[in-house]
Amino acid sequence: MKRLSFVQIVFLCLGALVLLFIIAPLLGMFLKTSPQSLFETARETEVRDSIWLTIWTSMAGTLVFAVAAIPFSYLLARKNFPMKKLVTGIIDLPVVIPHSAAGIAILGFVSRDSFLGKIGSVFGLNFVGHPAGIVIAMAFVSLPYLINAARDGFSGVPVRLEKAALTLGASPFRVFFTISLPLAWRNILSGLILMFARGMSEFGAVIVVAYHPMITPVLIYERFGAFGLKYARPVSVLFILISLTVFILLRWLAKERKPTNNNI
Amino acid sequence: MLQLTNISKHYKDFSLNNISFTVHKGDYFILLGESGAGKSMVLETIAGLVSPDSGSIMIDDRDITKEKIQNRGIGLVFQDHAVFPHYSVGENIAYPLHGLSLKPEVKKREIHTIARQLSIENLLHRRPDSLSGGELQRLALARTLIQRPKILLLDEPLASLDTLLKAELRGLLRNIHRNGQTMLHVTHDYEEALSLGNRIAVINKGEIVQDGTPTEVFQNPKSEFVAHFVGVKNFFPAVIIVENGLSFAQINDSIRIRLITDPSRERGFLLILGEDILLSKAPIESSSTNNWKGQVVEVVPTARGIDVAVDIGMMVHALITPESLTRLEIEEGKNCWIHIKATAVRFINS
Repeated sequence: MKRLSFVQIVFLCLGALVLLFIIAPLLGMFLKTSPQSLFETARETEVRDSIWLTIWTSMAGTLVFAVAAIPFSYLLARKNFPMKKLVTGIIDLPVVIPHSAAGIAILGFVSRDSFLGKIGSVFGLNFVGHPAGIVIAMAFVSLPYLINAARDGFSGVPVRLEKAALTLGASPFRVFFTISLPLAWRNILSGLILMFARGMSEFGAVIVVAYHPMITPVLIYERFGAFGLKYARPVSVLFILISLTVFILLRWLAKERKPTNNNI
Repeated sequence: MLQLTNISKHYKDFSLNNISFTVHKGDYFILLGESGAGKSMVLETIAGLVSPDSGSIMIDDRDITKEKIQNRGIGLVFQDHAVFPHYSVGENIAYPLHGLSLKPEVKKREIHTIARQLSIENLLHRRPDSLSGGELQRLALARTLIQRPKILLLDEPLASLDTLLKAELRGLLRNIHRNGQTMLHVTHDYEEALSLGNRIAVINKGEIVQDGTPTEVFQNPKSEFVAHFVGVKNFFPAVIIVENGLSFAQINDSIRIRLITDPSRERGFLLILGEDILLSKAPIESSSTNNWKGQVVEVVPTARGIDVAVDIGMMVHALITPESLTRLEIEEGKNCWIHIKATAVRFINS
């Protein structure tokens, strides 16, 4: 076995500390939660409904906003325009502003007497205290992850491939869907998964816009506040296990597949 | 077939200026120039990827200057082939056929036919990342030719290939041309230009500096740039002096060359082909009127013989056979004699 240098040993020790910092609290929580309490918590309707709500609202927010965000990312990757730096700065805003403040901003944007709220009312939709509001809050804080990943993906697609496609008779739309998007897909998928993950774990913005119905991060907070650490742990562990399962599944689905040839 | 008239395009640090040339049907037209001369930009302008600031592009008397890329009837093969990595070879070739109202069996037949012609039929199910450089270039050609373009634009198609593959692909390009395809081929390699083209235009810093047949361009270069670019090494600015009815070209204070030319010409360039220069170990009695002793500065083997650079007060390059080099014991640092017939000296008016 190759001998490690002193520098490598130091770096390894520091890395181990970082890993320990992440693993230790989680491991501690897992070890302090009995399988029985986990099983009982999983049987609670409130918990199952909350987990399902968290998953589907984050998924919906990701998919709905991806329709606009992905083409926008393409534009950012390909075009230079005045104030482009300002635009990219704006995209990163949701990452840097406090999420409770983001929640207040969203509340003002979707409340009944706002423009969007009035339009919603026409269709019988009230964003505040409604899954639709949760979707908006989750998407607001997690969009930068998708946009930046997709933009990087599109930037990595050689422009000459798109030019070649145009000279082969493809329309700009066809070039986007057959060349740019497929070649940037791995980055986009990573971005989608990140956006979904970030949305699922959102607390601050969502609790302002919609305390009820409760997504799981809010439920954990409520149980901790009302009944203490011991009562909040099983829900936390359950939610982490389900989140991990979902993410591993998505990552596995995102792995490169061998191409299937048409019958040529 | 293809006519460019005063095409200009200006960027911050480069511009195309009044590019004009005509490619007739059936031509193999070469656009020859150094890297950065604007060759690729000319192709992209013809293809519609770049819009010119002024000028016009006509194909078969139809103005396509503002026409959509997809409707120009032009095929473009990029320098690095630009094959789609996420599609198989067959899917790459099939790409231009999308949207055409062809039956699946007709499409399949078209794909197999063009793949067979380009010797890649056995590769249809392969992915581009498993292909060699030559196979990728054939794929790029197949994908473009399946559209049956009116004119095929080639951007340095042989640049990334080794010598053996270059020869192979040159043969392929000749075959494609022989089958009736009009070609516009861009390159920096004058030997490639000479071996393939029936018409050549030389481009320098965004401008066409000379165009004509290979003979016209290579044997009568109109500028020092063209001469040096096409491999003519003995190309000197000169002033014509007439003494006792005989014409001489004054190159510098010490070198005067006897030549046959119209005495009314005053300034221009002298062109002397390396193969028209004789070398000897000692002075010889001959019909040559221009004879100098000089020192051999460099001996360089080339594809066409041995290039011997001799300093006679100016650098002159002679092209001799390897046997002559050995027989005359010519070596760097040694002296030798140079003989140039007056009739072999060509004067080009500036």
